[in-house]
Amino acid sequence: MSQVTTAAPVDSVQQSPAPTRRRRRTGGAYWFLLPAIVLLLVAEGYPLVRQVIMSFQEFGRAQQFGAPPEWVGLENYRVLFADPQMWAVVARSLAFCLVAVGLTMLIGTAFALVMMRVDRTPRVLLQISMLLCWAMPVIAAMTAWQWLFDTRYGLVNWLLTNLGVGDFTRHNWLIEPLSFFLVATIIVVWMSVPFVAFTAYAALTQVPEEALEAGQIDGANAWQRWRFIIYPSIRPALTIVLMLQIVWDLRVFAQIHYLQGIGGVPSETHLLGTYIYTLGVGQSEYGMASAFALFVLVLTLALTAHYVRSLLREES
Amino acid sequence: MSRTTKRRLWGGVAIAIALAWIFPVYWVLNGAFQPVEALRSPTPSFIPTDFTLAAFDRAIDEQFWASLRLSLSVTLICVALAVVCAFVAAVAISRFRFRGRVSFIIVVLTIQMIPPEALFISQYRMLNDWSLYNTVGGLSLLYIAAVLPFTVWLLRGFVDGIPVELEEAAMVDGCSRVRAFFTITFPLLAPGLIASGVFAFLQAWNEYTLAVVVMEPDNRTLPLWLRGMTTVSNEAIDWPAVMAGSVLVALPVIIFFLIVQTKMTQGLVSGAVKG
Repeated sequence: MSQVTTAAPVDSVQQSPAPTRRRRRTGGAYWFLLPAIVLLLVAEGYPLVRQVIMSFQEFGRAQQFGAPPEWVGLENYRVLFADPQMWAVVARSLAFCLVAVGLTMLIGTAFALVMMRVDRTPRVLLQISMLLCWAMPVIAAMTAWQWLFDTRYGLVNWLLTNLGVGDFTRHNWLIEPLSFFLVATIIVVWMSVPFVAFTAYAALTQVPEEALEAGQIDGANAWQRWRFIIYPSIRPALTIVLMLQIVWDLRVFAQIHYLQGIGGVPSETHLLGTYIYTLGVGQSEYGMASAFALFVLVLTLALTAHYVRSLLREES
Repeated sequence: MSRTTKRRLWGGVAIAIALAWIFPVYWVLNGAFQPVEALRSPTPSFIPTDFTLAAFDRAIDEQFWASLRLSLSVTLICVALAVVCAFVAAVAISRFRFRGRVSFIIVVLTIQMIPPEALFISQYRMLNDWSLYNTVGGLSLLYIAAVLPFTVWLLRGFVDGIPVELEEAAMVDGCSRVRAFFTITFPLLAPGLIASGVFAFLQAWNEYTLAVVVMEPDNRTLPLWLRGMTTVSNEAIDWPAVMAGSVLVALPVIIFFLIVQTKMTQGLVSGAVKG
């Protein structure tokens, strides 16, 4: 603190003339960053380094009981990349992510557009409903959906049977991988839509009224107004949300792990997160799990590089 | 079609969507207040006809209290430390220029992109080595680091939003820099601090993945406790109690969430619009 105060008078002389965001040049700022940096280094940086090292080692059950890890170079990666099961997991995760993110973005934006078109009361009702769903803790929401899709007492089975869709009495939704993922997609989309809807709505309210009116006067139809006026101005917000959704849905763990625990067949329903968990915590194949986790990390960074870059452009 | 009819029509659509989306939440509430027999009957009852609080009685067992204590400790430690550390870091990157500032921002952004699932294996090994496996301290450490990047980012937006000129005016009036900061800027940051605190609270309270990895079954946070109730064999699940448990876990979250959400979305959108 004292450093900051004493450094100030000198710095004010050389301050850049930027009118809005003036920043003082000082070394004292490092003390402010120290706690955050230490915590991040300990809990994220160190494990990351360790993980990179572990990915080049034979690190399994024996090592857990004290045997020294053995350097194996790229062997873990070689075994991993040669394993068709691993590629199946990657493909499944990408497909799941694509479907879930696509649906979430479409439905979320559509809901935001609906919010723009209605009077106050229906809008507030819709917003409260979205808020409550968004706020549900994942596991509480999972129990709700487990209850809805329950084999014996689930409302979904009762409803489908009574609507005459077919006989769904005692139908198990989780045993078949395809319907397992149908349920998982419904749950993930249900949970993610509110966030997209709110952000898109907040962005939509920022679209200048005059531009819309001008468009209307010039005879632009709804699609043209969306394409040339609305979409360009909400794009930055939608891009961020899209990136976040991709990251979240690619690594979705809690929902899949939960559903596997209540009846899914793990070997046929693993996504990236649960596969790492099974390799590492389940089978104590830490070396292999680390190699796979790093692959996932690189995959995630590659998918989000664009977003990080565009944010950085603003910083520099 | 007239403009008002159109609006009404869309209003109907909006209400239909609202009801459909909220239904699973309603179904939990409905189940929580019914006796077991009602939930096991072949025809579901859509309103709790035999209203009873018995399910809550059964849900609140010893395990619940132990889990509540554990969840509260981890959450409070996480909130307190994350907010303080993120606050000073946010002030630094927002108010000062220094070598490495942009690098720090890059690191914060990049860490946000690291999926927890990509790190939990070595985090698990690390806590194991440091005898922090299955402890409040170990879990808190992972939670704090996990919420830090976003809280720094969120608070930075709030600090950026307060013009330096306000502080400078106070300094012209004879305040020291520190005093100017704490009397002028700090109170204006209160909403930001609350928003980031609640964000940290929600994350720690709801977190599931890391808790599964680094906690033993005898030492469960509330989400793990809730999950434990539903992984017994299907016949034995006490559905009303599970629904009551879900209500108990969700209630504090929903309350906090309703308090803070507008500010969170605002912060997020202002960040997005800037970017």
